Parts: sequence; structure tokens; C-alpha cells
Amino acid sequence: MADLATNATDAAPQEPKRSLLSALLEDYGIILVVVVMVFVLSILQPDYFLSAQNITNIVRQIGMNALLALGLYIVIVTAGIDLSVGSVMALSVMLLAMADRAGWPWPIVLLVGPAVGTMIGIINGLGLTLLRLPHPFIMTLGTLNAVRGICNLVSGGQPVSGISAPVRYLGTGDIPLPFGNEFAVIPVSAIALLVCYCSVAWFLKKVSLGRHIFAIGGNPQAARVSGINVNGVLVFVYAVSGFFAGLAALLMAGRTGSGYPNLGIGAELDAIAAVIIGGASFFGGRGTVLGVFAGVLVMGLLRNGLNLMNISAFWQQTLIGFIIIFAVWIDVLRRNSGVRT
Amino acid sequence: MQVAVDAGAGSLLLEARGITKYFGAVTAIENVNLSLSRGEVLGVVGDNGAGKSTLMKVLTGLFRPSEGEILVQGRPVHFHSPRDSHRAGIDMVYQDLALAGNMPIFENIYLGREPGRSFGGLTLIDHSRSRKLAKEHLDRLQIHVKSVDQNVEDLSGGQRQAVAIARATAFDAKVVIMDEPTAALAIKEVGKVLDLIKRLKDHGVGVILVSHRMDDIFYVCDRVMAIFRGRNFADAQLKDTSRNEVIGWIMGTKGAVAGLAHDKVH
Repeated sequence: MADLATNATDAAPQEPKRSLLSALLEDYGIILVVVVMVFVLSILQPDYFLSAQNITNIVRQIGMNALLALGLYIVIVTAGIDLSVGSVMALSVMLLAMADRAGWPWPIVLLVGPAVGTMIGIINGLGLTLLRLPHPFIMTLGTLNAVRGICNLVSGGQPVSGISAPVRYLGTGDIPLPFGNEFAVIPVSAIALLVCYCSVAWFLKKVSLGRHIFAIGGNPQAARVSGINVNGVLVFVYAVSGFFAGLAALLMAGRTGSGYPNLGIGAELDAIAAVIIGGASFFGGRGTVLGVFAGVLVMGLLRNGLNLMNISAFWQQTLIGFIIIFAVWIDVLRRNSGVRT
Repeated sequence: MQVAVDAGAGSLLLEARGITKYFGAVTAIENVNLSLSRGEVLGVVGDNGAGKSTLMKVLTGLFRPSEGEILVQGRPVHFHSPRDSHRAGIDMVYQDLALAGNMPIFENIYLGREPGRSFGGLTLIDHSRSRKLAKEHLDRLQIHVKSVDQNVEDLSGGQRQAVAIARATAFDAKVVIMDEPTAALAIKEVGKVLDLIKRLKDHGVGVILVSHRMDDIFYVCDRVMAIFRGRNFADAQLKDTSRNEVIGWIMGTKGAVAGLAHDKVH
């Protein structure tokens, strides 16, 4: 036999030769969508859209969704789902606000959000693996409700306001640029996003645990017989999702200055939408960090653009719904075109 | 592929003595013996439910035997997981292939044991070294692929099987166990996989081939053993037996009976 597969006729569906354009569309289609949106919006709103003030504004507005989506992306790569992130974020903001008001030193208060998030993430992971609940949807639907309830219980349903300035820095801080007007600043939250996205991209590409996350999404059985501790990896994945929800809580604490028991209701659905628009597969194993960021930008730009044009929030929601369906439909067409079987 | 050099040709690589496995009140296999020498291809045949898979799962550490012992190169071993059997040099190519389709060939070959620098349980993967090692290993086995960066889902069934075999032999494999490796393949790919098994044999690897296909058994095996209702039924060098006799063994009859041949059954 000499050769398994030099002979092209032997091989099953090989990837057809792709033109540069279709390759671009397939791998970076969603980024093109972002570019087109920026282009269209800068024509429709020439004075304001590309102004430093508006760009800073967009960056601040997408922060929360960007962090939640990043955590959810890692979960979705394992073919899982984490519905609890909105509630986890709300509880984290509430607890850190209460800790801050109780006079804890701010460096400790900063740790409260990520610590609470990570802990609930671990509980999600353990529920999934130790209790062997049949699908993460169920476990995290449970924590979505339970954690929201606890958030109301600890706060008595009342907001806790007056978060101190050092704690708010991550959400509101700006680093002024040496040129331009008063709005020419880099928000601290933008730097936090950049660091988080780059770290996750590097981790998923270069570290064995990152590759194992993809392997579990591709074929959990293969991961298991390869000696990968699948349950351990899953607990880690939900812990990371919780961690990012806790980090998002810090951004929200900064922006709002207070903890609201109703904060982030439905935020998990926005995050899932961004991940899916960004091209990650719900069935696991596929997607890129860059795609997720593009998905977050598509949603952010859409909201910003429609706001600038005074189009109602009802239309925004309607449009985002159609975009989710459209984005996944494009993905289905791409797969059915014979590239993958 | 590194092959243990301490064992001379023909010396016993793997021995299972008196293996019995109960599942509650059910006896899956009882007092089964198996031996495999260096560079030997052993065909294991038996009807569905005869206990072939249970025996293989005992040999790879997925099941612990209720009774009996396993020796690797004369030393008794106790496997608690596939990891232990892998360390002892026994690897399994699974029937469902156990590859991650969304990942490239080279990553599948080294999945779970990636080359690179390790820090407390995590490995910072050296992807270029992984690619290079994978290429060299595939070359040694004369498995040709367009690129080790191809995703496994873009490969044909035969190519996937070849990658699965390459994966099983990537680290010091002394024994490779294959469960129906040709069952899901197109006819023209079957020969290629069987030739690959012969090449493993030439490298001194002992191969256990579980198969229903007499063509496969008689093309590639040195010896064939039959399991019937959880017990050893027959064992013979291939040259001393015939297809019809082996088919008879599967059905629990001794002696060649032409009428039992599957091509004669109407």
C-alpha cells in the first residue's frame, strides 16, 4: 500500500480549492461585516460616528458583553452552555458593592467579583460532572435562578449605591492620549478587554489544556481515551466563564457605581448571541476568539448606530434577532457546500 | 516508532492468564488465556457477545479482571486505566476511531501527550516540533497525507484509520490492539490498512486484530484464536487452519464444515 491518499480519487471529500475571496469570506466574513458596518455608519453619521467621544462610548458599552461572551465562548467550544452568567454578574456586583460599603480595603473588594464568579462557575461544573445532570443547560438554568434569588436575598431587593472610586476605576478610568481633545482617551476597560482576549487566544492555541477544550468539543470520547480528564477540564471551563462574569461585574460596578438586583437580566442571551454571530458552533469544537470579538462588535455597532439614528430599542432587538438567524444560516450554507461533511 | 529492543524476535510480549470477568451475576469471560509475541499478528474471532471486546477492554485497562493476571514481557502488570496500559506499551485503536475531527492530524496524534515544556500539569505546546514529529512518524509508517495540518474530518475513512493507527504507535508501542479496523472502510481502503498492519509487524510490534472478516484475518494474521461463549475455543497458526474451520469455531463447532461457510449460506 504504500500510500494512503496520495491518490486524489481515493480520498473522500477533499477540501475544494478555494479562491482567495471565498477563503476570506469563510475565515473572516464576520470581520468584513464589521468593516462594512463601520463604513456605512460613518457615511450615515459623518460628524459623530467616528468621533473620539463616540468610539470611547462604544468601547465602554461593549465591555460587559465582551467579557461575558469570552467566557461563554470557551464553554460553547466544549458544546456546553452557561446560562447563569447574567445572574452571577449581578450577585458579584452586589457583593462587591456591599463589601465596599462595609469598608473593606479596595484591593480586596476588587477580588470579590472574580472570586464569587469563579466559585459559582466551579459549582456549575461540579453539578454537571458530579451530579451528572444530562445537559449544562439544566445546571446553569438552575444557577441562573438560584443566584438571582440569592442576589435579591442578600440585598433585600434594594440597590446598594456609593461604590468607591478605586473600585470603579476599571469601569470608568481613562488614560488620556497626548493628542486630541478631552475625549481622546483610552478607557481602562478597553485595555482590560485587550488583555483578556489576547490571553484567552494564546491559552487556547498554545497550552495543552486549551487544546483539550477543543478536543472535548470535537469528540469527548477521543479526549477521554487520550487520557484527558474530561470532567476536570469541564469544571475548569465553567470556572473560567464564572471568572469572566465576575470581571464583567467589576466593569458594571464602575459604570453604574452601584449594585442593582436586576442588573444583567438577559445578559447571558446577548453573550450567546455574540458568540454565535462570531461563528462559533453550538455543537462545539469550532470558533475563534477574533470571531467572538467581531460578534460583540457587530452587536455593539448596531446598537450604537441605531441609537445615533434615533431608531427605537424595539427595532434594535428585532434586528439582532434576525442577525442571529442570518449569521447561523450563512454558516449552514457554508457547511452544506461540501467543505465539511 | 520506538520499539522495545530488549525482547528478541518471537519472544512473548503480552500474556493473559486465566482472565475472568464478571458483571454482577453475569460471566462475560471465563478463564481466557491469550499470548502475543513480538512481531506477531494475532487474529481474535468470535461471534457477537462472545467476549472479545471484554477481553480487549481488560487488556487495555478499561475493565479490571475479576480473576487472572496480565504479564507484559514476563512482568505482571495491573492496569487501572488506559493510561496505565499505554505506559506499559499497549495501545488500542478504537472502532469508533476516537479522533477529534475538528483538529489537525498532528494534534490528534499527540492529543493528551503534547510535546513541549511542562509546568505543573500544563504543557506549553511546541507546535512546530509536534508537526515535525508527526511527519516523521507518518513517513516511517509510509502513511501519506497532503499535510499534517489537515483536519481529520476532511480525511477519508481509510486515512482516518491510518491516523488512528499512527496515534496508537506514536509512543513506544509494543502491542497495538485493533477492534474491527476495516469495518467502516471502502473496499479499496481495506488493503491499505491491512498493509499498514503488516508494516507494524515488520517494526516488531505485536498486533491483536479483532475482526469478523475472514479475508482480513487470512491476509494479515500469523495466528488466530477463537472465543466462544466467553471461553477459549480454539487457537492455531494460520497455515494450519482454513477459513471454513475458523468460521466453524465462531459458531462453536470443531473441524472444517464446508456447509457453514458464510458464502454457502442461503
